[in-house]
Formats: sequence, structure tokens, C-alpha cells
Amino acid sequence: MNWFHPHVVARRAAVARLVIWGGLGLLLVAFFRTQVLSAGRYQLASEQNRLRAVPIPAPRGLIVDRNGEVLAENEPGYAVALIAASPDSLVSLLERIQPMLGLEREDLPGILERYRRRPSEPVVVRQDVPFEAVSALEERRVLVPGLVIQTTPKRRYPFGAVAAHALGYVSEITEEELASARFAGARSGTLVGREGLERTYDDRLRGRDGVRFVEVDALGRTVRDQDVAPGLLPDPGATIRTTLDVGLQRFVAEAFPAGRRGAVVVLDPRTGQLLTLYSAPAYDPNAFIGGIDPVVWEQLRQSPEHPLLNRTIQAAYPPASPWKLLVAAIALERGVVRPHAHMPIPCRGGLQYYNRYFRCWRVEGHGDLDLLDAIKYSCDVYFYQLGLKLGLATMLQEAGALGMHEPVGIDLPNERTSFFPASTEYYNRRYGPRGWTSAVTLNLAIGQGENVQTPVNVAYFYALLASPTGRVPPPHLVEPSRTAPTRELRLSEAVRADLRSALISVVEGGTAAASRIADLHIAGKTGTAQNPQGDDHGWFVAFAPAEAPEVVVAAIVEFAEHGSWVAPLVTRIIARHLRGDDSLHWGAPRLLVPADSAPAPVPIVPGPPIGARTGTR
Amino acid sequence: MGVAVLYSAGQTDVPTVAARLWERQLIFLGVGVVAGIVVSRLSPRLIEWATPALYGVGIALLALTLVVGTGAGTAAGSKSWLAVGGVRIGQPSEVAKLVVILMLARHLAGRREPPTTLWQLVPAAVIVAAAFLLVGLQPDLGSAIVFIGILFAMLFWAGVSPWLLLLLASPLLSLLFAFSTVSWGIWIAVVTIVLFWQRPYALEGLTVWLTNVGMGIMALTLWNRLAPYQQNRLLSFLNPEVDPRATGWHIIQSKVAIGSGGLIGKGFTEGTQKRLAFLPEQATDFVYSVVGEELGFLGVLASLVLFGVFLSLLLRIASRATDPFASLAVFGIAGMFFTHVLENVGMTIGLMPITGIPLPFFSYGGSFLLTCCIALGVVLRVAHDHRRTGYGD
Repeated sequence: MNWFHPHVVARRAAVARLVIWGGLGLLLVAFFRTQVLSAGRYQLASEQNRLRAVPIPAPRGLIVDRNGEVLAENEPGYAVALIAASPDSLVSLLERIQPMLGLEREDLPGILERYRRRPSEPVVVRQDVPFEAVSALEERRVLVPGLVIQTTPKRRYPFGAVAAHALGYVSEITEEELASARFAGARSGTLVGREGLERTYDDRLRGRDGVRFVEVDALGRTVRDQDVAPGLLPDPGATIRTTLDVGLQRFVAEAFPAGRRGAVVVLDPRTGQLLTLYSAPAYDPNAFIGGIDPVVWEQLRQSPEHPLLNRTIQAAYPPASPWKLLVAAIALERGVVRPHAHMPIPCRGGLQYYNRYFRCWRVEGHGDLDLLDAIKYSCDVYFYQLGLKLGLATMLQEAGALGMHEPVGIDLPNERTSFFPASTEYYNRRYGPRGWTSAVTLNLAIGQGENVQTPVNVAYFYALLASPTGRVPPPHLVEPSRTAPTRELRLSEAVRADLRSALISVVEGGTAAASRIADLHIAGKTGTAQNPQGDDHGWFVAFAPAEAPEVVVAAIVEFAEHGSWVAPLVTRIIARHLRGDDSLHWGAPRLLVPADSAPAPVPIVPGPPIGARTGTR
Repeated sequence: MGVAVLYSAGQTDVPTVAARLWERQLIFLGVGVVAGIVVSRLSPRLIEWATPALYGVGIALLALTLVVGTGAGTAAGSKSWLAVGGVRIGQPSEVAKLVVILMLARHLAGRREPPTTLWQLVPAAVIVAAAFLLVGLQPDLGSAIVFIGILFAMLFWAGVSPWLLLLLASPLLSLLFAFSTVSWGIWIAVVTIVLFWQRPYALEGLTVWLTNVGMGIMALTLWNRLAPYQQNRLLSFLNPEVDPRATGWHIIQSKVAIGSGGLIGKGFTEGTQKRLAFLPEQATDFVYSVVGEELGFLGVLASLVLFGVFLSLLLRIASRATDPFASLAVFGIAGMFFTHVLENVGMTIGLMPITGIPLPFFSYGGSFLLTCCIALGVVLRVAHDHRRTGYGD
């Protein structure tokens, strides 16, 4: 039939209509699904598309001393970055700014690599650019399209090398740390403490970065910068207040003999707070800012002086004569001896013990002394006998109880544990059950032998001695102390007074007589630690005022030969702290008393007389 | 509505080519309106008489384009445009659509009875195939698809049995189904059943069947011969996430834009995705995404309803036309519009693979707008005739 018949047409029209509306209906359903049902999801996507989060760096917390003086602060640093559309344009831009920045050929691959990783973000060309270079670049901004100067906070240590070891230093976060859980939320470029207080309290110092949003287009370029979306303000790092006294620290740094190696620890025996922690030689932590020059780093690392070593807590020395106080204290505490007790054998320059002759530092001998005088004159023979009387096992045990083979628990990283044998097992293991005799007791009694202590450990013991209660919180740099006091020196009041007077007499008339300062009652003990590799090290530990001590100073100077040499330094420090005497006019110390190191024992052989030295020293 | 949306599409924060397009579109619109009026003055008889000549010219232009044409738009590597001295004049494929419709209308109207066998379908197929091939070789697959749509629409309107249409379409469907052996197997079974049922001439039936099988076998080779970007398009049609940065980008961005429009949209010219140039081709192929983002679902509803009404009107005109030629022509035009709308809007929402087909009256494009206006001119004339002579109800 004719296909154009109206009925046929009408029927087809109906079908066509159905198809049309059916198709459109299908489209509508799809749109409905996308626009109404999934609107939230797509809205989120559209927001994510166009918004970029830009972190607002949180300023690192300050470190201040006990009086509020700033020890570590932030100052604005400038980083130069470039936005480039392609690696080639980046290279040409780099060539243009090369003369102003002083870029090297070697820097180029690193920059290109960073660019390739994130081509839509400005690529940092150089981190720490001095202000002059930045202004030079700004003037030529027209030549360098895509130049971005970013201000990033830098760390600055106003006092430089004075408190370097205590403060530590910072450097940029590494890739592994970024991935670790400890630094979740940190961004690349965050400064992380590496040593010292910067490291111990890094979590508190870092704060938390804020975020602001910028609007970007499809190519990642920033379109709008302000008021795009509510951001988050950064949480600045907490300010750490230390117990250090920077004035005193500076004095110590200046007073410390130039060119010498050693350490000075100053703490308050009433609270355990550290007033000064100085280690020589020191370095300038400002050198680490902005990435340390590899040459400088190598110098620091390889130098035989080991300037990076914090000798107050990371180096241990034989305690020598200051150890005698500990032996005396233990003996007194145990009732093995009384302050005015004499030893069977007076000091005639040495003591014979079995087949060896243990000498006293004074060849002529001291004669018959009581305990207090023995301390005053640092008589070795007296202490040999005291040690024997005390007994090796007791000495080891009590010294262990006083923490002589434990770390102090200071709030600095990498504290070294001092060493003292915990029991006779140590000797059995080291020399074999028959390889040693009780002769080791003699060496231990005078502070030699298998015994090395960190300066801070020694200072802590003297703090216990100085304190009226015998209990002092462990040395710490930031209040509150993180560990509870565990060591206790139990002595009666009278005994304490006696020991104190003995120590006073050391400074008044004993081995430290050259350093006394009028009307300042300083109680102290010298020491000379034998050093097989060279000259002996000199110790001096003191506290003052003797009746009610407010400060304990422990100092050791390597290769100083005599403890008496160190004493003037310590007394000056005490004077400075207690009386504010800033003067260094006490002059170079000159010794009138000979060294009080105990020479090594010599075997007894028939032959030359006792006084002649046989060369082994 | 179309121009307004185009204006908005041009309002980007990031400088793009689109900013001034709406003005040019207005110019084209003006030209188109004039052309439409002129055409509507022409009697359909005149048009019918001129059709073969027009068709010849159209084919010639297409052939010419293949040789000397240049490309633009989402199919930038193709030769779809004719240029004189570097100035692009127009896309012959758009004009070709119109002339093909006319030619096909003339051919089909000339018959007394609708084609009942495949053999009888051949002339119609050839008319379309010529244009289809020439356009497809440009390669402009999108426009080629429109020709298919036109063919089937007009054949349907001319009274061809649906089963026959199915058989005609079967090789293509076989190609589509060939991607999965199971579906292809089912399809071949279906074809066989239909063949037996319809009982066409043995030769024809065999041809159809063999073609189906052949298509299935050739599917793989054909796939490999597709240009990579076309392959990618089809793949990302199936799963946009496969290549989110390149070919999947369009569809993902489009959906994000549309989806984030929600119910009422972000406001005229306020669309953020469009403003920041996240939406690619926002003035041409993806202009409907702008509608979605800025006017929301309500806007989409309104525009689709408008299109629906428009098509219904065309349908009515076709039903009441005075003579078969006019009726077929109008229906063909309706088919063309329908295909365009379905494909373009479907593309923006991810229902259809991405092809470079413009949205009538919305997308920027001079040739297409002109073609649409001329087509409308024809339609109006037909409608007018009907009313004037009072034929029908």
C-alpha cells in the first residue's frame, strides 16, 4: 500500500515520537543521576580541581636561656624559585640568573630533576640566598619571568659557638623522615633538630604548619591568591626555656684556655639545673644553616680535635683524684672509717702490696694523715689502704648504687654511659678468674684503673655531696626535669660538714691553693688523670659557697698535666657566677704545687732505690 | 538560548579562544536567518528539482575536501575544512548532510512502495554511503555516524520494515558485538533466526549472513587500523579513568562540571570548571557541559524539553506534509537533529563515545549553524504550505 497513507504515517509518527522522547528521557535520567544524585561527589571533584593547598610554614620555636635571652631564633631567609613552562625555558632562565646567584654546573641536574618531579610548581633553585643577591634579582625581574622569591625562616644562633653543643643544630628534613610516622604532616623543607636541645625538644619546637588555598586553572597556574577558601593558621613552635645562663656560658667560653680541649659543667646542686655546658673546641652552629658546606663538614668531622663531640656528656675520662671523695663518702657511710681515722701505714711515698710497689704522687710522702688531711693533700697511700679496707666488692656495689656506671639522664641526645665495673664478674670475664688480684682495688681507690666518667657524671656526684639532703634531681637543661632522682648519698650532717671542710682546705692550702679567692669559700678537689697516649688530663671539681652550696663546677682540660692548672679557671667561673666578677685579671695560673697524679705501680725487684723512676709511666 | 550559553562559555578567567566566539556566532546566526528565509521562499518543488545537482555539488565538495582540506576542533588532524588562502570557509560535511537528506528524500519519495528487499535498499544506501565514506575518510567519524542516523530514520519513515532495517544494520552491529566472543555468537544466532523468519531472497540472505560473519572476523583488523586516538576514545568511553590525562580527560572534566552543577547550577557565567579552562572544547563540542554546570539539572531539563518539543513539531510537520518528498525531507532533518542532540549530550555525560559532533544552535560553528538555519527554512516552508493549502486535518 502506499506508504504515505495518513494512517500509516500517523503510526510511524507515534513510533518516532516514542523514540524521540525515549532517547531524551534516557539522557535526562543520566543527567539526573549525575547532577542530582552524585552532585556532592562532583562538587568535591570540582573543588579539588581548582583549589590547591599551599602550606603556611609554622615558625620554629625559640630557645631562650634562664633569663629570657634568645639562644636560637628564626630570621627570614630567601629562597629563589622559578616557574617554567618547559625544561628548556627553565635552562634559559637559569642561565640568565646564573651571574647573580653564582650557580654551578653541578647544580643543574639537581634542579632539573626537582623540576621534572613537579613541573607545575615553582622549582627551588637555591635555598639560602643572601639579601643582596635577592635584591639584584628583584631589580632584574623583567628579564626573568616566572621568578618567585620565597621567604623561608632560617635558624640563627646569636651566640654562635658559645653554646653550640648544648643547643645543637638543625637541618632540613630528609626523604625517609618525611615518609615516617613521626613526621606525619610535615612538609618538605621543614627544619628538624639534629643534635642537642634542638633534637631533644624537636617535637615541641616544630609547631604545626597552616594551610591556605589558592585557585588554580587547568594548567596548575595560580589564578587567585586571596580569600579563596578558609585556611588554617599555623601553630607556631613552643618556646623552650632552658636553665642555661648565657652570660656565664660566654664567660666560660672566653675563660677557657684557647687551643685546649676539655669540658666545663656548671650546675645548681639545689635543683639539678645546668647553668653552663661547655665543650671545647666548639663550632659555630650557624654554619649548618641553609645546608652546610661539604668542605666545612668534612673538616669538622675529620679534625683530630673532634669539635663536634660534646665532651661534657659524650667523652669519658678517668676521674682520678676527685674519685677519692666518692671512696671516702662510701667508707664514711658504711662506717668503715671515721673522719679523723688514720691508716695503719703512713705515707712515705708509696705502699707495698704483695709484689708491687704502689707509689704516691708525692715522692717524699705525706706522713701520717687522717682522712680529711688525706683529702686535702690527695694522699694516694692513704686511699690505697682505705680501698683495701673497704673491700672491692663493697666499693663496686656502692659506686654502682651511686650511678657511676649509668648515664645521668640529661635531656640531650647521645649521652655516653660512664663506666665502672658493676661487680667482680667484670674482672673474671676480662682477665680470667686467675688473671687478676685484689691489687685492682688500689687503682680503683684513687680513681684510676678500669674507670671512666663523663664530666657531667662527676659533677652530679659532687652535687650530691654538696646538697644537704644528698638527693638532687638529675642534671637537666629544661624544666621540669624528665626523670626523677634515683641516686642518693646518705651521709650524716656532721660527716658532710667534715668533708666540706676538707675540700675547702684543698683550695685554701692544699693542692689548689693557687686559686683561692678571698672571702669566697670554695670547696673543691683537683685531679690528674693519667693518659697513656700523652700528657695527663687535669680535673678540678668545686662547689661554692661551701656552707650552703649554690653552684657546682666540674672542669676537665685535656693534656693540662695538672689538676691545679685547671683550678683557677673553675674558681673564676664560680666568682663570676656568685659575685658577677667578670674580670679575667687573675692572670695565668702558675703552679706552686706539683702534679698529684699517682704514678703507675712498679714491681718490686731488688735493685735501684725506690725513688728512681723506671720509665714506665 | 543557544547564543546566551555560548556567551557564557566564552567567559573564562583564563584567556582562551572562546572569548569572542559568541559575537561571531551572532553574525553567523544573522546570515543563517537570512539564508533560512530565502530558502523558505523557495517552493519545495524547486528544491526537489534542484536536488540531484545539489547532491552532485555536495559530493564533489566532499571529495575536494579530502584532497585539499584542513582540520580543526577535536579532530584536529583531519581534513574537514575547506580553506581559501588560509581562511577557513566551511565544513562541507555539514552541507553534505543537508543535500544527502534531500537526495534521499527525492529517491524514496519517487517510489510507490517501500523497499522490501535488501536489493531495493541498495540505491538508498549508495546515496548515503558515498557521503558517508567521503566523510569517514577525512576522518570524521562523528559526522559519518550522523549519516547513518539519517539513513535509518528516513528509511523507517519511508515504510521499510523494521526487520529489514535490522538486517541492514546487522553487519555494523556484528562489528560492535565482535569484541566479545560470547555476544558475537549470540548475535550471529539472532541474525540467523531473523533471516529464516523473514525469508528474504536466498542470495540476499546469504550475503547478509556472510557479511555479518565477515565483519566479526574483520573486527580485530579494523580495530588495529583505527588511529590510536580513535581507539583511545572508544576505550575511554568505556572507562574514562583509563587515561585520565589525555582522552579520558574530556569526559571526566565534563562529568565533574555537570555533576557539580547540582540541581540549580552555579549561576550564569559562574561555572568554575569552565572559567578555569578545566573544561576542554567548552565552546564547541562540550558546550552542553557549560549548561549543566551553570544552569544545573533544571537547565538541562528545560533545554532537553525544548529540544523534545522542537523535534515533535518537526514530526508533526512531517506527518502533515503535502507530499512525500517534503515529508521525508522534514523527517530526515528531524533525524539529523535528533542524532546530533543524542550524540552530543550523551557524550558530555559519558553515555556516548566522544565524537566531534556539535550541538545544534549551541555549539560554535558557522557551517553547522548555517546548515541548521537552512534546514529550518525548508521545514518552515513545508509547514507553511500545509497550512496554506489546508491539506490534512
